[in-house]
Amino acid sequence: MNRNVTSHATTVLYDQPPADAPQEQAPVVVRRGLMSRLVNRFSVLGLIGLFIVVFWLVIAFVGPVVAPYKGGAFTSTEVFGSYSAAHLLGTDYLGRDMLSRILYGTQYTVGLALAATVAASVIGTFFGLVAAVSGRWVDEVLSRLFDALISIPSKILALVVIAAFGSSIPMLMMVAALAYIPGAFRISRSLAVNIMTLEYVQVAKARGEKLFYIARVEVLPNMIHPMLADFGLRFVFIVLLLSGLSFLGLGVQPPNADWGSLVRENIGGLAEGAPAVLMPAVAIATLTVGVNLLIDSLRRHGARSHGGGQ
Amino acid sequence: MTSNTGTNMIEVKGLRVVAGAAPDPVVEIVKGVDFTVKKGEVLALIGESGSGKTTIALALLGHARGGCSIAGGSVKIGDTDVLSLDAKGRRALRSRTVAYVAQSASAGFNPARTIMDQVTEPALLHKLMTPAVAREKAISLFRSLALPNPETIGDRYPHQVSGGQLQRLMAAMALITDPAVVVFDEPTTALDVTTQIEVLAAFKGVVRELGTTAVYVSHDLAVVAQMADRIVVLNGGRVRENGATAQVLDAPADEYTRQLLAATRRPEVERATPDDARKVPLLEIRNLSAGYGRIDANGVPAVRVLDDVSLKIARGSTLGVIGESGSGKTTLARVIAGLVDRAHGDVLLDGESLPAKLSERTLDQYRRVQIVFQNADTALNPSRTIADILARPMNFYHGLRGAAAQKRMLELLDLVKLPASIAKRQPGGLSGGQKQRVNLARALAANPELILCDEVTSALDTVVGAAILDLLAELRRELNVSYMFISHDISTVRAICDEVIVLYAGQCVEAGQRDALSHPPYHPYTGLLVDSVPALRPGWLDSRRAMALGALPALGPESDAPELCSFRSRCAARIDGKCNVTPPAKKTLPSGAHILCHHSADDLARMQSMETVTA
Repeated sequence: MNRNVTSHATTVLYDQPPADAPQEQAPVVVRRGLMSRLVNRFSVLGLIGLFIVVFWLVIAFVGPVVAPYKGGAFTSTEVFGSYSAAHLLGTDYLGRDMLSRILYGTQYTVGLALAATVAASVIGTFFGLVAAVSGRWVDEVLSRLFDALISIPSKILALVVIAAFGSSIPMLMMVAALAYIPGAFRISRSLAVNIMTLEYVQVAKARGEKLFYIARVEVLPNMIHPMLADFGLRFVFIVLLLSGLSFLGLGVQPPNADWGSLVRENIGGLAEGAPAVLMPAVAIATLTVGVNLLIDSLRRHGARSHGGGQ
Repeated sequence: MTSNTGTNMIEVKGLRVVAGAAPDPVVEIVKGVDFTVKKGEVLALIGESGSGKTTIALALLGHARGGCSIAGGSVKIGDTDVLSLDAKGRRALRSRTVAYVAQSASAGFNPARTIMDQVTEPALLHKLMTPAVAREKAISLFRSLALPNPETIGDRYPHQVSGGQLQRLMAAMALITDPAVVVFDEPTTALDVTTQIEVLAAFKGVVRELGTTAVYVSHDLAVVAQMADRIVVLNGGRVRENGATAQVLDAPADEYTRQLLAATRRPEVERATPDDARKVPLLEIRNLSAGYGRIDANGVPAVRVLDDVSLKIARGSTLGVIGESGSGKTTLARVIAGLVDRAHGDVLLDGESLPAKLSERTLDQYRRVQIVFQNADTALNPSRTIADILARPMNFYHGLRGAAAQKRMLELLDLVKLPASIAKRQPGGLSGGQKQRVNLARALAANPELILCDEVTSALDTVVGAAILDLLAELRRELNVSYMFISHDISTVRAICDEVIVLYAGQCVEAGQRDALSHPPYHPYTGLLVDSVPALRPGWLDSRRAMALGALPALGPESDAPELCSFRSRCAARIDGKCNVTPPAKKTLPSGAHILCHHSADDLARMQSMETVTA
């Protein structure tokens, strides 16, 4: 506490007003509408992506509530029915309302994929940071371990694990996460290794900072942008992996169904162009496109702010 | 050299360049610039970063950088109006009329292709020559540019030649199509002083030989004085002064030009009083060796960067460390800071041994030695505010928080002459000079006793760098901190340091007071460094070049003695039978400096004063 009086007898402190002046301006900036800030932050395509992603996230939570029929209820005698007032998106191969099936399926596709992606990215980033910050041996062991994991094709890995342990929601989540941890590890490690050589990290080291502080404050915030972009990509891959597994009949088990299972169930209607097979495919497509648009604009934004920094 | 009757080769009238497109706010970068260049003349554009010099240079090629656009005015090269050309016309213009030599040659070459392929590419791409003719032409250019082995250097890859050679090869690439105009954009800024003059001499020779019209962009007045016939001084996108080189240097008409000149000719600061010579020095280094790579059985690393270096820094004094890149200056600072392991030797802080490993140092030892890096851009965490950056060392070392930390932070910002409002910004929103000040403030936040300054002014403009040097001198007076000031620039070291050591290839070849640098005799390497600093007068380069052209004395086979003079391969004063056989002994010069050399002080004095007279 008494440090500040020791050395600068000649120093004149700034008066209070100059220090406070910027603070008075600050709330004005905050009060600017949320909407206009969003518009400023994202491009038009990014906004579209954001809208689609938010839409599907909301549906994942409220889907069962807003669905016109109960998920598994047989509501019509007509199979592969076309668009109608009673069944907006037609009916499936057993005469169930397709709109309700998709709304119910959203929570499996989006929720499962989201949980798996969060798990994969968080675990991968964590180990990547640990590998980059700690010494050579920890890095070496972790890297070789994940190299071994990455050498197994993810779909084969998923098939083997599910064949061995059976399909259940936690198992699917675990398998999807496991398949995508090594990728997240690789990316976060290479980002962190680059940041570790920068001079502000060297300064922190010379200051005597602990590894945990360096990882948390100096490294992590500066790799979060690329990691978010990577998160988005990984989310899309996991949606596709889970849909693929469901299509093979190894995913979410009937009578529940995610979008992949819906496509598979109704594959018989493909010949007649039934909405029952088209609509879940459209749902998968919009989600992946939406996420990609969103992360593309995130990535561009990150690149711009980095460029500004130099 | 230049005929005053020649026609105008370049005519720039009312050139305006803006950043940003119409609906968004537009910033004018170049605000109505006029100048003309006659055929065969060399024009220098000089100014700080942000003065628009590169933007103007690029406009000569009809190019505006991303996000910028040329808003008005005209650029005429010969009879062509550059700005009215379409994309195809500009491409043709760049192929044979205007060529560009960029600052970073290493980024301008593709590492996967041979140099010859890349040098001849412009001629082949635009189908101006057959491959054989282009090859011939390239080899003759290599010869004109004084490159070693002109016949075979083209077969090498870019990483197999030195930085200075690469910069000359870049010029060859630009000149191969016999352009009427060449634009040099800070081509020597990234080079060492000794390399810089080789490159400058080569550029000057080739421009004169081919009679090319050239535009030379630089922030260094002394360099420009050697190259240019006319100088255009720019500031904030406007022309401040436009005149013949001698007039601008000797009788500047504009206030800003005078300021630039003053920053280049720095007065020397008062030396710290050597009051307590007998006291324990703040930092003492004894026989330090360090390096990188695998460590062998004797504890010597594969690549030795520092070799048996000893030095002392008294409390409150400044030690300058000079050397070219690769001489081990930065490694020395990193070893003291604990970032690089040492192989041998001791580092004593206040008489107590400083552990080699960072993890074995105490909090107090961490606090007393702070390091400030060259590159302010990468030395500040871009995702934190200035307040966060400054608060951390206060909290870490002194446990300061809340109001006390806030007060101390304002004090520090005031100390480094930054406004308090900057505290809430992130490093991305600061200029280079401001970032370097924050960097210093962060080191000062620890209340250190020794600050290791690693090339802190090298990346800054002359005027900004001079302000930082003033700040360092002032802080020393107020806070009684010591500095180890690392630089490749003799004039900055002279301006701020009390004592100086000269490193060459990891060996300390000369150590003495600052005055040891101001007149001979000095170690031959120090002599080379001193003579390589461009003087602020036209014609310096030519006189120096005539002197340096003499061949080095021949050396016979070398003995196995491990500690031969490391400078023998470049030394103009080497003695066959001595320098290649026995290690040099330590000698004391009349100035009090210690050197490692076989020559006696009288010999050196005679040789070096002779050189100075001819120069």
